[in-house]
Amino acid sequence: MSDILLADADALAAQVPDGAKLAVFKAEGGCAAMAATFALIRRGVRDLHLVTVPTSGLQADMLIGAGCVATVETSGVTLGEYGQAPCFGRAVRSGAIRVIDSTCPAVYAGLQAGEKGIPFLPLRGLIGSDIVRHRDDYRVIDNPLAADDPIVALPAIVPDIALFHAPLADRFGNVWIGRHAELKIMAHAARTTLVTCERLHDGNLLQDETLAPATIPEMYIGAVAVAERGAAPYGVTGLYEDDAGRLAAYAGMAKTEEGFAAWLEETVYGRPRIGVRGMAPAVAAE
Amino acid sequence: MAGDYALEELLIATVAGLLEGCGHIAVGVSSPIPGSAALLRRHRDREAGRRTRVSIIGTTIPAYRTDGGVDLFDSAGQGRVDAFFLSGGQIDGRANINLVGVGEGYPQQKVRWSGSFGSAYLYFMVPKVILFRLEHSRRTMVEAVDFVSAPGTSPPNVHRPGGPYALVTDLCLFRFDRRRARFSLASVHPGHTVGEVRDNTGFDFDIPETVPETAPPDAETLAVLRETVAPDIANPYPNFARRVWGARGVSGGVSGAA
Repeated sequence: MSDILLADADALAAQVPDGAKLAVFKAEGGCAAMAATFALIRRGVRDLHLVTVPTSGLQADMLIGAGCVATVETSGVTLGEYGQAPCFGRAVRSGAIRVIDSTCPAVYAGLQAGEKGIPFLPLRGLIGSDIVRHRDDYRVIDNPLAADDPIVALPAIVPDIALFHAPLADRFGNVWIGRHAELKIMAHAARTTLVTCERLHDGNLLQDETLAPATIPEMYIGAVAVAERGAAPYGVTGLYEDDAGRLAAYAGMAKTEEGFAAWLEETVYGRPRIGVRGMAPAVAAE
Repeated sequence: MAGDYALEELLIATVAGLLEGCGHIAVGVSSPIPGSAALLRRHRDREAGRRTRVSIIGTTIPAYRTDGGVDLFDSAGQGRVDAFFLSGGQIDGRANINLVGVGEGYPQQKVRWSGSFGSAYLYFMVPKVILFRLEHSRRTMVEAVDFVSAPGTSPPNVHRPGGPYALVTDLCLFRFDRRRARFSLASVHPGHTVGEVRDNTGFDFDIPETVPETAPPDAETLAVLRETVAPDIANPYPNFARRVWGARGVSGGVSGAA
């Protein structure tokens, strides 16, 4: 119907140029675009400036480990219950990547400034934190409306590309995001947004009164590709669960560079398994 | 630690006691014991006819928020969140916390952790922040943190309605005096001693003349934990629930775990 719909995650990944400022979404909830991340690694993208919104897990860790990232701007990279993010730790320690430390609400506020098209937003907190001390783009300013009230000004964050996975999209490029409303801020702030989705909705999402409020209109979307189980090994709220076995396997393997290389070999370069193994397990019991 | 309860159950009951009077308790990621304590508090408050809310970040239950993380931070900024939990790879005697790394030369420190998450904001905004750290040692309880993710105290002109209230470890409970920027030992867990706490703490703190033993959970509390809290906390924290409560924790929503 339109050229906004691409064939697969690899076609989507081909739209991310080297050196892009790429915003990716936190792991919880299933909006981390993992299939597209594997495709980015296969494509061999380089020098990304990764902005995690506001944190990341396996997605940032794999991109860093695979040498795709020059800079990561983040409030946290972690494997959660499975432990520290090993590739991130190695790369920061060795100086292989530049890390810009942030805090979650500052990432949101920066994106909100971006979506408003204004240069900065002020945020409470932060004063006295070493985060501020090490960021020359943050400013402690005086509240212009009151006396003796310091507050931190945060520059707008304008990603070149926002990338996430969604449960549903339509052929027009509208994307349904469920309860993950922060994705709207991310998509509004970015110059364009690339999306993988579990499946296509028949008809136009914006014409459905129950779905439209949680839908990002196509004017923000650059391209969409269907990727079934596109968040795996993370789960998608209401559709499928985290693959705990694979996440634990990653946490173990990625502890060494050799183990990480083996993970890439079996997960990213040997293409079939992520999409296929997914059909069997486990929709939530509740 | 002897007795017919697990250390986790003692800590959950202790933290639930600290949460008394909090109408909205928020819990961050990777916090199964604080999350369990919040659910225990809510259960007790409901029994008493009070409407206590619990938000566990990264889950859809209970779903008081539909605007994701932004909603949590904005509502905390307005004073709608009464209690929150933070931890640290390092915590120092002025309640500064470090979630970033160990050693000189930031950002290229010799140990790198995940990052500061929401701490640099929520520590300022939430009235009752409970610090929680299961490893109580001179490695974690240090004289001065190597990186201040979030400061324990602020100058008087900095807008700060919130801050540290207590520190719970596997050895003891400290309370924090914000005016003096100093911890005071409030109780020591059964099986441990004041001397042991002192030996394993890298910062100075006040020791009252008598330090009580942390009250162990009673039979009623243990029953609520095992029957009511366990299946609820198993949804965000399946591995934790399985480890502490075995099969009880698995009845919640843990399918799909290999």
